[in-house]
Amino acid sequence: MMAFFSQGGYGGYVWGAFGMTFGLLLIEILQLRASQRKTLTRLSRLLRLRAPRQTASSAGRAQGTAGTKS
Amino acid sequence: MNWFKLASPAAFYPFAGRLIPRFGLAALVLVLIGFDWGFFLTSDQLGGSNPQKEYYRIIFVHVPAAWMSMWLYLVLAAWSAIGLVFNTRLSFMMAKAVAPTGAIFTFLALWTGALWGRPSWGTYWDWDPRLTSELLLFFLYIGYIALHSAIDDTRRADRAAALLAIVGLVMVPVIFLSINCPDPTQCASLHQRSDPGSIHLSILIPMLSMTLGFWAYSFAAVFARLRTIILTREADSAWAREVIAQEART
Repeated sequence: MMAFFSQGGYGGYVWGAFGMTFGLLLIEILQLRASQRKTLTRLSRLLRLRAPRQTASSAGRAQGTAGTKS
Repeated sequence: MNWFKLASPAAFYPFAGRLIPRFGLAALVLVLIGFDWGFFLTSDQLGGSNPQKEYYRIIFVHVPAAWMSMWLYLVLAAWSAIGLVFNTRLSFMMAKAVAPTGAIFTFLALWTGALWGRPSWGTYWDWDPRLTSELLLFFLYIGYIALHSAIDDTRRADRAAALLAIVGLVMVPVIFLSINCPDPTQCASLHQRSDPGSIHLSILIPMLSMTLGFWAYSFAAVFARLRTIILTREADSAWAREVIAQEART
């Protein structure tokens, strides 16, 4: 077990490389999840804000999602 | 299956959604196989009179990350070119979705390379042609992302960033061919020419498994990012409004 962690004395280099790799990929996954949730909340709020206006007027489609760029 | 139908964001959105868990699972399995094989089945020291020390294990993340950094740049440039030529919306979104994952793998190739270089070459960094060109590739990814986010109009941002991606394509063959010392017995070189046939099988198999795992991971990450981009850009269309209303409830 100790041999696994020490990697012949090069543990710092080996685990520094693997740790950063898996750490960054994990952060990317969490960031993607968070941004998906945030986008859905924002867009559904926008839709709800526009919904009453749309039924009130027969003007058709509401204005575009102003100020949002992706 | 009609592949042209998938060029429409409305069709691609659910398609990508179905593929993400499959690619995610494949990535997990392949990376675990690569890790397990590389650490427990491959011996600690390889080679006869001048054995590789344990830090050679960094190869199992370093080479796959470097390959993915170049491959994803090719994908980024290809979708950019398709977008510019055919003016297809989804192509630009695809390119935009690839860039951050490509930048991460490029950074990882540099980072793991530095941690490998210190014990083997005695330095974290050297202005060796391959290291330098890989660093420039990282700046190209950052430049693509920065340029895209600096332009407010989505269509203009797409086209300008696509042009940068295509011009930057020259870096990929430079990285690939950047070996300043073809014959290691004649001169010292940090990256030497090697072909897959000369690599020991017990290193090659975990390395390839890890590469396929990173590839599957890239599909999952890019598709996840793409779905958010599609939804934001298509928010005004009927199908997207339906999806938003549906997914916000769950």
